[in-house]
Amino acid sequence: MRNSTFSRRDVLKGTTALVAATVFAEPLRAAAPPPEAITPALIEAAKKEGKCAFYTAMDITLGEKLGKGFEAKFGIAVRVERSGAERVFTRIGQEYASNIHAVDVVNTSDQAHCLAWKANGWLLPYLPEEVVQHYDKAYYDPNGFEVVTRVLLSPIGYNTKLVKPEDVPKSFADLLDPKWAGKMVKAHPAYSGTIMNSTFQLARDLGWEYLEKLAKQRVMQLQSATDPPKKLALGERAVMFDGAGYLVIQYKERGDPVDLVYPSEGTPVATSPSAVFKAAPNPNAAKLFQNWMHTREGQQIVTDFARQYSAHKQVVEKPGVRKLTDIKLMKEDVEGVEKMADEIKRRYAQIFKV
Amino acid sequence: MTIAISEQAPRRKHGFDYTKTVLYGFAAALVLLIVLPMSWLVYYAFVDKTGAFTIGNFYTLFSDPAFQEPLVTTFVLATSTSLICCLVAAPMGWLVARTDMPLRRTVRLMVTASFVTPPFLGAIAWELLAAPNSGLLNKLARSAFGLESDEHIFNIYSFPGLIFVIACYTFPYVFVLVANALDRMPGDLEDASSILGGGTWQTAKRITIPLVLPALLAGALVAFLQAMTLFGSPAILALPAGFHTMTTKIWSLFQYPPKPELAAAASLPLLILTVILLRAEHMILGRRSYSVIGGKNSDPRIIQLGGLTWLALGFCFVVLLCPVLLPYGALLNASFSRIATTPIWFDNFTFHNLYFVFFELSATKLALYNTFVLGIATATLGTILAVVISYLTTRQAVTGHRALGFLATAPVAIPGIVLGVGLFLSYTQMPLAVSYVCKSISGVPCDTFASAFQLYGTKWILLLAFLTLGLPAAYQQMQSAFRAIHPELEDASRILGATRLRALWQITAPLLRTSVIATWCFVFVGTIRELSAAIMLFTSETKVISVLIFDLNESGDLAAISVLGIIMLVVTFGIVALANRLRIGGSPVQIRNA
Repeated sequence: MRNSTFSRRDVLKGTTALVAATVFAEPLRAAAPPPEAITPALIEAAKKEGKCAFYTAMDITLGEKLGKGFEAKFGIAVRVERSGAERVFTRIGQEYASNIHAVDVVNTSDQAHCLAWKANGWLLPYLPEEVVQHYDKAYYDPNGFEVVTRVLLSPIGYNTKLVKPEDVPKSFADLLDPKWAGKMVKAHPAYSGTIMNSTFQLARDLGWEYLEKLAKQRVMQLQSATDPPKKLALGERAVMFDGAGYLVIQYKERGDPVDLVYPSEGTPVATSPSAVFKAAPNPNAAKLFQNWMHTREGQQIVTDFARQYSAHKQVVEKPGVRKLTDIKLMKEDVEGVEKMADEIKRRYAQIFKV
Repeated sequence: MTIAISEQAPRRKHGFDYTKTVLYGFAAALVLLIVLPMSWLVYYAFVDKTGAFTIGNFYTLFSDPAFQEPLVTTFVLATSTSLICCLVAAPMGWLVARTDMPLRRTVRLMVTASFVTPPFLGAIAWELLAAPNSGLLNKLARSAFGLESDEHIFNIYSFPGLIFVIACYTFPYVFVLVANALDRMPGDLEDASSILGGGTWQTAKRITIPLVLPALLAGALVAFLQAMTLFGSPAILALPAGFHTMTTKIWSLFQYPPKPELAAAASLPLLILTVILLRAEHMILGRRSYSVIGGKNSDPRIIQLGGLTWLALGFCFVVLLCPVLLPYGALLNASFSRIATTPIWFDNFTFHNLYFVFFELSATKLALYNTFVLGIATATLGTILAVVISYLTTRQAVTGHRALGFLATAPVAIPGIVLGVGLFLSYTQMPLAVSYVCKSISGVPCDTFASAFQLYGTKWILLLAFLTLGLPAAYQQMQSAFRAIHPELEDASRILGATRLRALWQITAPLLRTSVIATWCFVFVGTIRELSAAIMLFTSETKVISVLIFDLNESGDLAAISVLGIIMLVVTFGIVALANRLRIGGSPVQIRNA
């Protein structure tokens, strides 16, 4: 499916090629906004507002780390509103339907959400300077509606105490073996954006029959993609079928008995963009936060602390994470997800009964 | 009688009698609280997306296996829970009320503790204890019996597991009813039986059991109702186990794209069933009065347990392990352990979880603030409402007091999640409706006026929900307090020329002070643990602790939950202890499950 001799950038480009093709191929209605630096005037205006509401699907520890880093630097408090991407989407939709404009900046793990928000005219075009300078064009909207904050993988995880080295699964197909019945945990596509994307990619590449067979394996069903790694680390289940791969790396590095397998069929991938809302209650703080989060400083937190992949070219990766170039990835298809989302939720609920 | 006369008496010159105004004011408030959301609920259930009348929503629901299954599941769940509650609570109630078992007061206290523990917190604590692999109890069992690393004894993520956890926090309802019935049962009937030669067993069979049976049946119905309308525990345990109950199904209908009309249609059967069950409970309990009528009552007979004492104590201990001792231990452990389900030892003891919750988690401060503001506001307003309404009804001060009493008790029949759906539909649509009506009357657009009805997204909508849910308990409390004070004291004051409000203020209020404070405390406790209505109504800026805990559970942050949970429990026990110190007598307080 993919030639692994590509450079990392190429692979990242490849995974988001369709994103670029579908999200950014629309006719340019307005000229691209000028790239904006973090100016003293912006900081001053943001400080006057004093706070920023950040709705996100990222693990709460990363969300708070970014928030606290921002607060330490600019003295502006960030309120992190964490929940699964699909619930963030529902929440913003419900709030906007009732004319409640509470969100300043959003980060979702389901890029299709940005398509919907953009179509509704809710997003503010805003291009941070460093994004234009140091990001491949595939990672941001030229009109500045969204910037990819992190690239998320959903590999297979396992607990090294519960799975013998010779038993470690190599592929998704291996997980249909009866010996894994009752031993796996996974998250839910109606709740998590990462899982919405991974379910879409699995159903497309392996077929719904695969998921039907999987459902017979008595898989423990959680909601957020950030939960399966936690259950894995506790030893609650031996194998993580899907979930936030970066947390497994974090937990491994802090000494928990967990490790990852990048399945031979390819690893599901989701790019996770952030956007500023036009009706943001704290417009300047929102711009400043969006800008800072995508500077090298902010992105370094994403890679060093959270062990996720960044699109910022100057970010230096700490060893211990396999390079994206060395991982066979499934292909992301944002438009496909947007079209199929309801169908995926419906069929998934039918197959897995929740 | 005296009141009837005063009502016909001509209005006094020196003071306007505010009673009628007050009555209409409060009646309007109650209608707003209860009738409005329920009407929107019914309206939504019967219209399609274009607003035309249809019964298609019900057809869609009841022909869909994804809805039929939760219906059956909920029925089996509620029945089994109710049965288990009776089997456990009846013997315990008897032991505490009628035997010389030591530590009876302690047992009652512990039952109160399980009564006020938020059920969703209990469910999370039981995840820590009995998750099949990582659960503390299963780990213990594996090391004790040398089981394989993937064998387990308990599996909380299962249908029986859910029934067990719900029963843990529902049995106090049955216990309180049974223990109270036994406490109040006159001993002379039993004495008569023994004097006439009936043995212990025969006395029990022919006197005690028939007399206590109505209370037990009523308890069974209440337990059924609680299990049926509970949201938190099924949301936490049933989804990982792979099934839905009615409440979680209703909640999931609000996932994007939201289907409010289906949610409304799914809520109606719950509402109707609750009304029927409460009617049944009322009929059963209504019959009980025959048991206490008659001559002088003597104290209930106390049975000597003798050699069975230890067996009885052991039974109570084992029962109380489940809702109180084990879960509290698990929460404390998780609060201070580096890994939530590893027993604390020197190598993994940490304050990091406390630090995280108080200094890193940015949602904590706002949620705590919202919770306390709402708790205090609900308790204060709820108590005021309850005082005024129970005064009007117990003193039969005005015509129409019956309707007022009915309205104040009616929310008992509204499950939290159903009220949440109703309020959500009401106050997201109200601005549109108001704007439309206003425009058609005045002819000019009045969006500014209409936007004042935009309560969704504010704390007001949560206040309305909590007030509605807390009112019946507060009303019952205050009503029994008023009944205990003879009206002749007020009459004396009024004969001497005071207005009704002045008599109330100078005479009745001081006598009621302790009951008022107790009522306030219990409404407060009931409010800060409410989840099922809050989950439908919160927005990011109006999040309360219970919702924060629920969100954290979805991402598996068990340590943070434990810290927040312990804070909630400490506050709750502080308030309950205060209320118990102040309360003199009074009927048992009903707190809703969340």
